[in-house]
Amino acid sequence: MANYQLLINGKKYQTEADPDTPLLWVLRDNLGLLGTKYGCGIAQCGACTVHLNGLAVRSCTLPVSTVGTKKVTTIEGLSADGTHPVQQAWDEVDVPQCGYCQAGQIMTAAALLAKNPKPSSQEIDTAMNGNLCRCGTYHRIQEAIVLASSKISK
Amino acid sequence: METIRTSRRDFIKLSVAAGGGLVLGFNWSDTEAAGIALVPAGASDAVNFNSYLAISPNDIVTIFSPNPELGQNIKTSFPMIVAEELEADWSKVNVVQAALDTKKFERQLTGGSGAIPHSWERLRKAGATAKYLLIEAAAKRWGVSSATLVAENGRVWDKANNRSLTFGELASEASQISLPAEVKLKDRKDFKIIGKPIRNVDNQAMLSGKPLYGLDFYREGMLTAMIQRPRSFGMKVKSFDGTAAKAVPGIVDVIQFKNNVAVIGKNTWSIIKARKLLKIEYEKEAAIESTPDHDALFRKLLDAKEATVRRKDGDVDTAFSGAAKVIKREYQCPFLPHNPMEPMNFFAHVRPDGVELVGPSQTPDMARNEVAKLLGIAPDKITLELTRLGGGFGRRLKADYVVEAAELSSLVKAPVKVIWTREDDMGGGSYRPAVRYRFEAALDKDGNLIGYKLRGVGINSGNPTREHNFPSGAVDHLLIDSIEHQSPITTGAWRAPITNFLAFAEQAFLDEVAVEAKKDPVQFRLDLLDRGKKSPVGEIRYDIDRMKTVIQLAAEKAQWGKKKNVAQGFSVYFSHRSYVAQVAEVEIKGGKPAVKRIIAASDCGIVVNKSGAEQQVRGGIVDGMGHAFFGNLTFKDGAAEQLNFNSFRLIRFKEVPEIDVHFVDNGIDPTGLGEPALPPTGGAIANALFKATGKRLYNQPFNKQPDLEGVSLGRSI
Repeated sequence: MANYQLLINGKKYQTEADPDTPLLWVLRDNLGLLGTKYGCGIAQCGACTVHLNGLAVRSCTLPVSTVGTKKVTTIEGLSADGTHPVQQAWDEVDVPQCGYCQAGQIMTAAALLAKNPKPSSQEIDTAMNGNLCRCGTYHRIQEAIVLASSKISK
Repeated sequence: METIRTSRRDFIKLSVAAGGGLVLGFNWSDTEAAGIALVPAGASDAVNFNSYLAISPNDIVTIFSPNPELGQNIKTSFPMIVAEELEADWSKVNVVQAALDTKKFERQLTGGSGAIPHSWERLRKAGATAKYLLIEAAAKRWGVSSATLVAENGRVWDKANNRSLTFGELASEASQISLPAEVKLKDRKDFKIIGKPIRNVDNQAMLSGKPLYGLDFYREGMLTAMIQRPRSFGMKVKSFDGTAAKAVPGIVDVIQFKNNVAVIGKNTWSIIKARKLLKIEYEKEAAIESTPDHDALFRKLLDAKEATVRRKDGDVDTAFSGAAKVIKREYQCPFLPHNPMEPMNFFAHVRPDGVELVGPSQTPDMARNEVAKLLGIAPDKITLELTRLGGGFGRRLKADYVVEAAELSSLVKAPVKVIWTREDDMGGGSYRPAVRYRFEAALDKDGNLIGYKLRGVGINSGNPTREHNFPSGAVDHLLIDSIEHQSPITTGAWRAPITNFLAFAEQAFLDEVAVEAKKDPVQFRLDLLDRGKKSPVGEIRYDIDRMKTVIQLAAEKAQWGKKKNVAQGFSVYFSHRSYVAQVAEVEIKGGKPAVKRIIAASDCGIVVNKSGAEQQVRGGIVDGMGHAFFGNLTFKDGAAEQLNFNSFRLIRFKEVPEIDVHFVDNGIDPTGLGEPALPPTGGAIANALFKATGKRLYNQPFNKQPDLEGVSLGRSI
């Protein structure tokens, strides 16, 4: 066990964990940040996506010991009240079915738009292809990203 | 719109205590005898209802939703139906998710696309009854006839005198009015909420990462556990050594129960690591089967003399011996895991005085009864709180993972949450059964279908045919039979059970028969239906007119046969009370076929929520297409060979085609939509690929078929 100081959603957290513990389980088990989901544990589904210094990463395979002073953003920290343009677009387009994968989808989309506010449909395809949705909400995810892009560009 | 979760007792207490107001109890299931009743002020235990409608003095309308929500959007659609008849202001409607805490056994289930069909009328009557009481209360207060009053958008209006009162202002007085014997339901043309796209009531919570799901349930002092089940079906635990696992910091205990070895600890990662250190020796308990064994077995069973006859019309032997042409084809599918994105999990706390269960289940009543049986206690000692379900697809119709959690909690005498890894989930059974079909058709010299044979053989498949489905009833001589092989590999209902593959096989076969008969595939189906309508053969359990209508609507919307440079494939299927026809479109891009578009026409009766319904159709098609192309679970020595998404392929973002969704507008009471859009998809695509390439597909997954090399998927190709 080792002690870690983490900067998550602009807040400092202190926690004890084995160095190889994936950030996902530190978030969920130690810190009670439950919006980041477990889906596969091998970085294949994207349900656990968080931002590390603004880049979308899979927290299920990211050892807590490698996080260091990098800024972590989870779905809880994307906005204070669910009003990030991507979250708003997701609501307006009514994307979720079961909803389980959507936090990861939103984090991936938000990272894409932060870097590239007007992505082409090919760029959206490439960015989102790593996130699985078992309910098949892909069409509405596409639509919501286009809508969020227009909100951001306004 | 807000949504919260509470127990029934608390709900009643809160609602009744909220300073008067109106509370109605009702049962949404049509299997229940009790109708609608007023819950009087001061009631604390009126729990013989599974749903409630409360109108508080501050105008908030609260609807208590009893049924599991797993993405089929029922938690939004149910209240829409109540609110419609009530004439409520939708912005003031709250939805509360029920826990299972009645004394009484009741139907509380999500499966078989049955939620809305079962509850449609009950929900409408509940809303209409509340509206009646509010109008009567207003009539009394104003001293006018109730016939002169109308309810609109959360208010009762006396339009002649230009005055109105809100529902909240009338609620307490309304609770003093006697219930009507009958209520008048609205005419469909006056619907204001039903049929509109209404957003999911849980959107805000889901999109901001609120802990809604079973895996998100944490409680102070709770232990977490993972269970090592036998990797191979047919094996049992001979001995185990948990010393190394137990030595991992954070591990509380390692215990065996039945064929399971549980690693119990304080945090998930320690448990994952410790479990890898378990040393378990297994021994053979039953047959150890592999996929090649099943392939050989299927061929043998298809030729077996004895089979269970499911339906027999006329005399197939004579029809086939006198036929001008006989077509015989076989189709096979593999096992499939359900793979809901949220793996199985459940929280259980078995105490001396009762049991608390919390988690995701499609059948909470069954889960509770099984736990009661296991522990030898009365079901009313058990509370089960439903969380939102991170998908189900049929997997959570089984209670194995609930019972297991309860058993473990009773053994360790502590609150425990059992969680499954993806590998546990994919390797843990309850699969869509592997099945093989042989279809035979006899044509006369004019290309008429005079004989039809189907044999289905499957592994733990139950009856793998649907003997009364189309084209039964439209063919003079027909024989449908089946053989089931019992295996240690466990199976269960998988979204659109049996029809998820049977529909592909049948619709691909009929397409081939139509081509052999030199008929247009759409016209061929319509002719058969006309034939069944004119002189039905035996029993017909599908509605010929409804099936014809979806066929015609899909053909019209897709401009069937009229598009240039587009290969179209047709498919239609009736399942779970609804009818869906689909046209798949394949275009040649860079010399290779690309699946570009699917046009769907559905008849599910009245569409309750346009947004949710469209999602169910699109999602069903994506699901059907993804599993037809990629879904493949194979076995070696009794163990599943694919255990995670690196080896088990799910369809991804850029592979989905454009999907156009159309509904038949016929005013029939809703007939369900969670499953019916899935079955036709594989057939439509296979038939379109045949048009494009001249090659037929007989087995799933398509991507393992040699003829499919080079096919690309996706709307943007």
